[in-house]
Formats: sequence, structure tokens, C-alpha cells
Amino acid sequence: MSNKINCAIVGSGNIGTDLMYKLKRSALLEPVWMVGIDPASDGLAKARAAGLKTTDQGVDGLLPHIKTDDVRIAFDATSAYVHKENSDKLTARGVLMIDLTPAAIGPYCVPPVNLKAHMGRRAMNVNMVSCGGQATIPMVHAVARVQKVRYGEIVATVASRSVGPGTRKNIDEFTRTTAAGVEKVGGAEKGKAIIIINPADPPIIMRDTIHCLTAEPPRRAEIEQSVHDMIREVQRYVPGYRLVNGPVFDGDRVSIFVEVAGLGDYLPKYAGNLDIMTAAATRTAEMFAEDMLARCRPSTAA
Amino acid sequence: MNLKGISIKVHDMSLRDGMHPKRHQITIEQMKAIAKGLDEAGVPLIEVTHGDGLGGASVNYGFPAASDEEYLRAVIPLLKRAKVSALLLPGIGTVDHLRMAADCGIATIRVATHCTEADVAEQHINLGRKMGLDTVGFLMMAHMIEPEALVKQALLMESYGANCIYVTDSAGYMLPDDVTARVARLREKLKPETEIGFHGHHNLSMGVANSLAAVEAGARRIDCACGGMGAGAGNTPLEVFVAVCNRMGIETGIDVFKASDVAEDLVTPILDFPVRIDRNALTLGYAGVYSSFLLFAQRAEQKYGVPAREILLEAGRQKLVGGQEDMIEDIALTMARTRGLRRASAA
Repeated sequence: MSNKINCAIVGSGNIGTDLMYKLKRSALLEPVWMVGIDPASDGLAKARAAGLKTTDQGVDGLLPHIKTDDVRIAFDATSAYVHKENSDKLTARGVLMIDLTPAAIGPYCVPPVNLKAHMGRRAMNVNMVSCGGQATIPMVHAVARVQKVRYGEIVATVASRSVGPGTRKNIDEFTRTTAAGVEKVGGAEKGKAIIIINPADPPIIMRDTIHCLTAEPPRRAEIEQSVHDMIREVQRYVPGYRLVNGPVFDGDRVSIFVEVAGLGDYLPKYAGNLDIMTAAATRTAEMFAEDMLARCRPSTAA
Repeated sequence: MNLKGISIKVHDMSLRDGMHPKRHQITIEQMKAIAKGLDEAGVPLIEVTHGDGLGGASVNYGFPAASDEEYLRAVIPLLKRAKVSALLLPGIGTVDHLRMAADCGIATIRVATHCTEADVAEQHINLGRKMGLDTVGFLMMAHMIEPEALVKQALLMESYGANCIYVTDSAGYMLPDDVTARVARLREKLKPETEIGFHGHHNLSMGVANSLAAVEAGARRIDCACGGMGAGAGNTPLEVFVAVCNRMGIETGIDVFKASDVAEDLVTPILDFPVRIDRNALTLGYAGVYSSFLLFAQRAEQKYGVPAREILLEAGRQKLVGGQEDMIEDIALTMARTRGLRRASAA
């Protein structure tokens, strides 16, 4: 195990459980704990079956084991309302926090756009924006890196069954955090985010629409190239990320229509919103883990 | 049907749902004139917001002629008796918008979700009630689920603090029996002090008939739009419904002639096209599709050469819900591509 960094997952809902399957496959990360609050949680049962230690006592149940189990990275997949308390307890003990709630107390991380920029900063808490943010901010950036985007708007539509109670209670935080990410990471001067929950059965695959209004007339060929390049970047860690239509050009409007199918780890493939979040968090943690591993092996340290 | 002596509250939609056929371009002056006319006609409650509710200003739904705040601050101080409501769809608007609207002086907040997703409205309904507002839960596209399932969602909204729950026929799809079944079941299961409301669209010409069925089953708030100005073929026309109520002895407190003068002199002249049951509006009601998709489908037809009716039917097949206006262009693009009307550009 010495070549992997031990991790804890806080939150045993849809996101936490899906994340566990991603971490189990990682060459650099070892999930050792899952933290919940409900002893009857399906996620905790799945974690035990997968060989993780579990507690239903919240983060306090994990704290006494951090040193002995050498937990270096923790993922918070609870809710925006409790994230700060969780984060404070863990970062005080030297655990790096990857925040999958829309609390956003740390800097935003959208891997294909700004993961590398995070490496030098060594922040103790990084935020993964939101599922809608992970699915759309790369596209806003794909336009903004070609030319100035004065307004970026995203519409994320997800299957009702893929939206857990935490997200439902946090819907305002979702729109606020995603809109801020569209600005700060995507590069739009002003951002707006809309989320729609669709209960159709069979469930719909996550759909995202990205509208950008450019300051000058859009440079079509460059934007098309940039969008296709960025699609391939995202596909490196979310294979089910696909351009369905566009970019459509209409005056100064550029619209891009994408679909996100998941790997079907915890919820079926339609729940691409879970995958893009957990895959982005895993990729982010792996970059930090590489850095940690390099630093504890003097022979290879830079 | 004997409804004599029943007193109901008619809620006007022309300055909110009516924003859809106007592409959200009703001017502040037009709003002020219509609201004043409705107030003088005795309409007790008037909704004023972007067509898609607070915060609806967007590429996806359309940018309005003025902001929600500008409309509310212009209209509210003018009214002598009538109160103003605002609509809020969680996922589009937030509690910040609600606080702004409350500061402008709204009396009623209506929190709208798709009929199966009431639990996204908890924080907004909680806050509305906490601020002392008349707080309404608005269950959209209510034709898509059975009465029993609708009751569960209504009970959730009631538990968050809503003092009135709406059966919302966003697609204008329901027939009177559908309305009766839903309203009656809610009336039976909700607290006696919780009011029930009905919001109709006129896509199958059932607005008035459905509203009467709702009253008979226990609804005491009925949404109408002066001059019928609303999405699709419009909402239940207010002046027509009031005339029918007068004939039947249902008390609305509204002067039918004054209301019909507002419809004729102030609402009809500002329409960009007659709001009526054309083939596309009929398709909404026939296939159960969200009424505000109408103009989006018509614009997509013009741009991509795919008939609006076929786009709307596909929207129905895909079971799109309110707010998925972006998917109208997506459907049109995909149809145009598969029919060879457009080159393939997507990977």
C-alpha cells in the first residue's frame, strides 16, 4: 500500500458511493474509510462489502483513526450546509479536502481547465464546483480561450433518480456556485446557471446546454476547433462525454449541446452527472497524490 | 353543477404567463396600465414576473424588456386593492430573488416545481412562509402523474409551509375529469385550512370548463389571464370565466365589463399575434407539452426547416418538462440533420 495515498469518503449517498468505485480503480489512491450518518445507508453497506472501514457517526467517527490509518486526502460528498465543519476538522489534522458539495469555501477546480494551476498552490481545500459545472465549464472555457465571452449561461438537465436529497436541499447553492464557476474558471464576464430535474422513465442521460454571448462576432472555425479539442480532453476521464449538437452560431450567440453518459458504477449510465463529478474529483486527487508520493520519496523528489 | 354562493379568488396571469407570447417584452408602461385596469375591475391578485419566474432573464428563456425588480417596483405602488404575486422556479430563481421580490412588496410567492419534484422547493417555501407571505406550492405539468402521486408531492409542499397548493395544467392537456380527480384528492388529503388552486391553459379550449370542475371539486383559487394572454393558446380567459361565474352565482368580486374592457382596450392591442388555438397550440394540448415551448418551436421551424408541430410531438415523446427550452433547438438540429436539411457538424 505504500505506493498509494489513503483516502476517506465523507458522505455515503449517491456521489460518495459512486466515488468509492472510482477510487478503488485508482493506481494512486486507496479508499480506506467511508463516513455516513445513517447506519442503514446503502452506501455504507457497499463500502463495508468493498473492504472499507465505516462509521455512521459523521466525521467525528473518523477523526480518531486519521493518524493510525494515515488518511491524507478526504472527499466531502455531504451537503453545503455541513461542509465547512467537516472541512475544518479534517484540514486542522493535515488532511487535504476535496469538496464535492457546492459549499465552495476553497478554490474551484475543473480539471481540464485549471487542475495544473492548483498544483503549485497547495490549498488544503479545493472545490469541484458542481456536476453541472464540471460538464459545462470546459465548454465555456473552450469559447473564452478563443475570444472574449461577455456572458456564459449553462442549463444542466439531470434525471430525477440521480439527484439525491443533499443536492435537492442545495439547489440554490448549485446555481450560485455553478454560475460563479462559469465566471471564475470558464472565463465568462458574467455567468448564469440553470438546473432542471426530469423524472422521465426510463431516465434521461444528463444533458447540458452551454450558451455563450461573445463580445465580438464569433470566430467560428477557431471556436469549432477549440470545442472539439476540449471534448476530447474531458473524454480522457469521462468517456461518455459527447457533443450532440453545435456549436450553433446565431449572431453573437454560440450554443453547444452535450450529453454525459456515466460508467454505471453505482447508478446506471444515465447518471453522467455523478460520474463527471466523481471522475473529476478522482483526477484532482490523483494529481495531489502524485505530488505527495514524490515528496515522501527523497530519491525522486524534485 | 350547482356552485351558487361559492366565493373564489381569481388570480390574473396576463403580466407573467402573458410574457411568453410577448417574448418577455411587455413594457413597464404597458404593465402599469393593465395592472391598474385589473385593479379597478376588482381583480384581487395579479402576478408580475418574467414568464419563467424570478430570475428567468436568460438566453435560454429570453431577456425581458425590464428586470423583475423594475416591473414589481413600477406596478405594486399603483394598486389600490389588488395584491401582487411573483413566481419562482427553484433551479432558475433562488431565495435571493425571493428576498428582492418581498422587499418590493409582493403579497404572494408561488414556488413552482415539476409535479414530481416538490422537494427542491423546501428552502424557498420555508422562507416565503417565514417572511409572512401568502406562500403557494405550484405543481406543474400535473397531468403527467396520477392523483395519488400528486397528493404525495402536495403534502410535501404543505409540510414545508405552503398554505395553498396548485394543480397546474401547464400543457393544457387535462379534461374536466382529470381536474376533478386531482383537485378532489388534494382536497381530501390536505389540511382543511390549506387552499387548493387550479391553473389552466386553453390549448384544448377547456380553460373555463376545467376551472369550473376545479371549483366544484374544492379549488378556491383560479388562475386566469385577462384577454387570455398566456403561453400556448393562453390561460383561461379571465373575462370569460368571470362572466360564466356571474351566470352561475360564483362570487369573484370582479366587474365583468371592466375586465373585458381591459382585455379589449389594453391587452389585445399589445399582442404580437393573436393568442389562439392554432395547429401548434393545439398540438401542445393534444400531446401534453409545456405551453411555453410554442414560440421556441416556431422559431426553430423558421431556422431549421423542421415543422414546429413535429418538434413539439418529439418534445412530448421525450417527456420534456418545463424549463427545457434548450432541448427545442437541440431536437430541431437533430431532426434537420437526420433529414439531410443540415450538414452534420457534431462529432
